[in-house]
Amino acid sequence: MSRLIPFIGFLLLAGLLGFGIWWNTGHDQTAIPSPLINKPAPDFKLPLLYEPTQTATRESLLGKPYLLNVFASWCIECGVEHPVLQAAAPTLGVALVGYNYKDAPDDAKAWLATHGNPYSLLMADTSGQTAIDFGVYAAPESFLVDAHGVIRYKHIGPITPEVLDNELKPAIAALPQEPR
Amino acid sequence: MRALRPLLLATLLLCAGAALAQAIEPLPFKDHAEEVRYQHLTAQLRCPMCQNETLADSNAPIARDLRNQIFQLMQHGQTDAQIKQYLVDRYSEFVLYDPPVARNTWLLWFGPLLILLVGAAAVIATIRKRSRALTPTTSTATHTALDEGDDW
Repeated sequence: MSRLIPFIGFLLLAGLLGFGIWWNTGHDQTAIPSPLINKPAPDFKLPLLYEPTQTATRESLLGKPYLLNVFASWCIECGVEHPVLQAAAPTLGVALVGYNYKDAPDDAKAWLATHGNPYSLLMADTSGQTAIDFGVYAAPESFLVDAHGVIRYKHIGPITPEVLDNELKPAIAALPQEPR
Repeated sequence: MRALRPLLLATLLLCAGAALAQAIEPLPFKDHAEEVRYQHLTAQLRCPMCQNETLADSNAPIARDLRNQIFQLMQHGQTDAQIKQYLVDRYSEFVLYDPPVARNTWLLWFGPLLILLVGAAAVIATIRKRSRALTPTTSTATHTALDEGDDW
């Protein structure tokens, strides 16, 4: 029996290392879970990209759920997710709100002219100051906000067809059914 | 005097280099103590984007923004604890290099101690077993016990 102890020890260690490999291939290791999930979205007041004299606020967006998509023209991964968002936008069931992050307005407009504009509303955070309140640290990031202004889901990184089907759509389906 | 001119020029150029290095991120600290506090605080916080770097070291855009934010919060008279809480509220405890002792970090804090205790228990058990096998040297029964001990 005592002969088996080192072997059992080895098996336990191999099991632990195997678990580590399995665990780390299953999820994005660089994504930090947001502490804002199930909390009210932070207050913000941002100018619209195309009408900088008008602003959008947390209050003005209350009443209907929306997907807040943080993007920038300098962000390469945003170009990856953009076609996915564009194809999904009409059938998503929630409004797609664009959050232009640390971008020159002219660059953003040129980028949208090339890639298409699926957003029903477009806000611009040129300094990135408001994004700190949202815990944004890299584009693209997406927040699902319900009709009461509560953040229900966050995805860090591009929305791929897999993320869309396996995470985002179930999260939208799980939203409270009757918006005030 | 004329011979000294290149030397003077070189010295000035060196100073200019040092001034430029400082000018990458010029923050208007009111005194040296404030600057030390700022450096100390940013060195304790992790950049959320390049996760193996501190906010003080990182060159990522978000690290620059957060450093500026920390500086602004310091100007508003916030304490180090308040500033850390501000970042934790937005970026989770991930930003702290020194995680607090809480229920979900017990394993992190006391796991090594647990492994040490298990190891110590195993060592003590082995020593006891061997010493028990070795004490009655004259009896014939110990032969088999000794053989078993040699398997290790």
